[in-house]
Amino acid sequence: MTQLWDFAGGVHPAENKHQSTSRPIRRAGIPERLILPLQQHIGTPAEAIVSIGDRVLKGQKIAEVATGIGVPVHAPTSGTIEAIEQQQVPHPSGMADWCIILKPDGEDQWGERNPASDYHQLGRDEVLDRIRNAGISGMGGAGFPTDIKLRPPRDRKVETLILNGAECEPYITADDMTMRELADEVVAGMKVMAWILRPSRCVVGIEDNKPEAIEAMRKAVQGTQIEIAVVPTKYPSGGEKQLVQILTGLEVPSGGIPADIGVMCQNVGTAVAVSRAIFEGIPLISRVFTISGDAVQEPGNFDVLIGTPVSDLLAAAGLQADKLNRLVLGGPMMGYTLTTDQIPVIKTSNCVIAATRAELPAPPPEQPCIRCGECAEVCPMELLPQQLFWYSKATEFEKAEHLNLFDCIECGACSYVCPSSIPLVQYYRFAKGEIRTQRAEQLKSDRARERFEARQARLEREQQEKELRRKERAKAAAEAQAQKQAEAEQTVSQGDAVDNRDAKAALVQQALERKKAKAAQATESTQQAPTKPAEKPDIEALEKQLTQAEAKLNTMQTMLDDAKTQQADNVDKLERAVAKNHDRVVRAREALAEAHKLAGTESSPQLSE
Amino acid sequence: MWTSFLIAVVVLLALALVFGALLGFASERFKVEGNPLVEQIDALLPQTQCGQCGFPGCHPYAEAIANGEAINKCPPGGETTIKALADLLDVEPQPLDAEHGAEQAKRVAVIREDECIGCTKCIQACPVDAILGAAKHMHTVIESECTGCDLCVEPCPVDCIDMITIQPDIRTWTWTPPKPDIIATDRQGASA
Repeated sequence: MTQLWDFAGGVHPAENKHQSTSRPIRRAGIPERLILPLQQHIGTPAEAIVSIGDRVLKGQKIAEVATGIGVPVHAPTSGTIEAIEQQQVPHPSGMADWCIILKPDGEDQWGERNPASDYHQLGRDEVLDRIRNAGISGMGGAGFPTDIKLRPPRDRKVETLILNGAECEPYITADDMTMRELADEVVAGMKVMAWILRPSRCVVGIEDNKPEAIEAMRKAVQGTQIEIAVVPTKYPSGGEKQLVQILTGLEVPSGGIPADIGVMCQNVGTAVAVSRAIFEGIPLISRVFTISGDAVQEPGNFDVLIGTPVSDLLAAAGLQADKLNRLVLGGPMMGYTLTTDQIPVIKTSNCVIAATRAELPAPPPEQPCIRCGECAEVCPMELLPQQLFWYSKATEFEKAEHLNLFDCIECGACSYVCPSSIPLVQYYRFAKGEIRTQRAEQLKSDRARERFEARQARLEREQQEKELRRKERAKAAAEAQAQKQAEAEQTVSQGDAVDNRDAKAALVQQALERKKAKAAQATESTQQAPTKPAEKPDIEALEKQLTQAEAKLNTMQTMLDDAKTQQADNVDKLERAVAKNHDRVVRAREALAEAHKLAGTESSPQLSE
Repeated sequence: MWTSFLIAVVVLLALALVFGALLGFASERFKVEGNPLVEQIDALLPQTQCGQCGFPGCHPYAEAIANGEAINKCPPGGETTIKALADLLDVEPQPLDAEHGAEQAKRVAVIREDECIGCTKCIQACPVDAILGAAKHMHTVIESECTGCDLCVEPCPVDCIDMITIQPDIRTWTWTPPKPDIIATDRQGASA
C-alpha cells in the first residue's frame, strides 16, 4: 500500500460526477467547421503555415512556432482552409484571437504518419522532438508544452513521476472516462515519459471516488513497476502541488515548480496523447471532453476533434435551450461563464456545464467580511485569504504580494466556504493581473530609460565630434590664410608679376587642391554630417538644393491643388506643408545669391581663362 | 581624584579620535556619487521622456523633485506615480497638476506610411530612438519601444503621425475587480 500524506485545508463540494459517467465515450464526429486557435498553449502563439484555400490532410501541421516556447497546431481532419481570422476563443475575457477556420471535406483522409514500433531505438531527443511536433501541451488545463516540461534542468533529476488522475473538480469526468476506457494507452504514454525521465518511482494518483478507473488502471499496470495510489476525495487534491504533497509528503517551494524537489506531474490525457504520437504517429487532434449539467438530456463524455464548436457538442448531448441558464467552461469551482457557445474545444479545455438556474444559481450579493476565518481553514496553500482580500480590495498590491499572493492556485475553496459570499478568487485574480501589468510597465520604462540615456550619450558625442571638426577646419583656414598672405607679400616684394594670370592660376590651383583635400577628409569621416564649405560656398550644392526644394514645392503644390479639387480633408495639412516648403525655397534662393556674390571675385579669373 | 578625572578625559578623547578617524575613513571609502534619492525617484517616473512636466526628460524632473519640486507634474505617470512618489518622499499625495496635462490611456505613435515624406524630423524628436528610417525614405515607429510621448507629432511637416490609444487585447487583458454589486437587502428589488 502506498504511503499517503495529507495537505492542509480543502473542501468537499457536491461531486455531480455520476451524470456523465453512465455512458461510454461517444465520438462527436466531424463538425461543419473547425475553429483552430493559433494559441492553445502557454508561450508564443503559433503562426499559420497554410494559406486560405489550401487543402490540408488529417494530421497535417497547419501552424508552427518558429522561435520561443510553443507547439504546432495540426489539422484534425482533411479539408480546405476557409479563413484565418479573429474568432472568439475560450478565454475568461471573452475576447477574440487568431484562428484558422477549416472546412472539413468529410473524407477524413490521413496525411503522412510516422509511427515508431520501438521508441527505445529513436533516442530521447528524437522522442521529445516527436512529442513537440505532435503539438502536445499539458491537457490538464495550463497547457504548458509537454516536451519542454519533460526536459527538466540537468541539475534537477526527476525522482518521482506522477500521473494526475485525481480529477477533483466537480462535474468533470474526462480523465475518469479516459482511464476507464483507454487505460492501456495511459500506461503506454506513461512508460514513454518514464523512459525519458528515468525516475525511480512512477505513481498514478486517482481519487477514491473513481472505483472503475482504479480497477481499469490496476489491470493495465500489471507487470510494470507503476504504482496506483488511491487518494481520498477532497478538493483540490488534483492540484499539482497538492497531489505532490499527498503522494510524496514534499512541499513545492514558494514560487517553484515540482521539478525543484525532484517530482513531475503529468495529466492522464497528456499520457494518452504521448502514446498516440509515438506509437501511432497521431498528433494531438482530439481529446476527451465532458458535457454535463441539468440542461442536457444525455450528459457524458465525447471524443472530440480539437476545434469543434461547443454548440455542436451541446446539440449532440441533447441541450434543452429553455432550461439553460448559463454555460460554464471548466468546473464549477475554477471555471468561468461563457458568453457564447460558438467557441471551439481546444487542447486545454475539458468540460462544459450547461447549468439550469437551480443548479448553478447566480452568486448572492457580496456581504461584508465577518472575519470568521473559514477561508484560512480551507486554503490548501495555507495562505491568509482574508488579508489577501483586504489588500487586493484596497489595491495595496505590494502587501498582498508579501503575503504570497502568487502562491494562490485560484482553486476557489475560500470563495466556496465564505458565508458572506465574497468572490475572493476574483479579487486575487484582479490583484495578480494588476501586479503583472505593473511589472511589465516597469520593464518597459527601464528599457525606455536605457534608450534615452544611450541617445543622450550619442548626441553629446556627436556634438563633441562636430566641435572638434570645426576647430580643425578653423585651424586649417588660418594656416591657409597666413600662407596666402606670405605669398602675396612675396610677389609684391618681387615687383610686378611677370604675368598676373599665372599667379591667379596658381591660386586657383591651390583652391582646387584644398577642395580635393577637404573631399578626402569628408569621405574619411564616418559621420554623415554635411561639411559646410568654410571659405568658398559650394555653388553647385546650393543650386542642387534650390532645384530640389523647388521640385518638392511643385509636387506639393500639385498635391494641394488635387486635394482642393477633390475637396479632400487634408487640404489644411498640405497647405501648411506648402508654406513650409515655400520658406525653404526662399531660403535656398537667398543662400545661392549670397554664394554668387561671395564667389564673384574668385570666379572671374576662371571665366577669363 | 585628579588622576581619575584625567583618565576619563583621556579615554573619552581617545575614543573621540578613534571614532572620528573611523567615520572620516568610512565617508571617503564608501562615498556615494550623486544623489541616490534622484535615482530612486527616477525609477518611479514612467520614463516617457515627454517633457510635459516642463523638464527635458524624466531624470531632470527627478533631480528637480529631489530639490523640492512638486511631485504632481507627471501626467503619463498619473495618480499611481504620484502615490509612489509620495510614499517614497513621505509627503502628502496631491492631485495631478492640470496645467501639465491630463492622465491618458497608454498610447503609441503610428506613422501613416504612405503619407510620410522621409524628412527625418520625427526621428530627431524621438527621445528614445523608437523611430526607424532614413532621409527621403519612409519612416516607421518601433511600437514596442514607443513611450507615447507625443514629441514626434508636432515636428512632422505633413502631419502623418497619429497617436493611437492601445486597446487591451487577449494577451494584455486582466481580471477586473468584482463589481460592488447591490447589497443583500436590495436583492428582492433586483430579482423582481
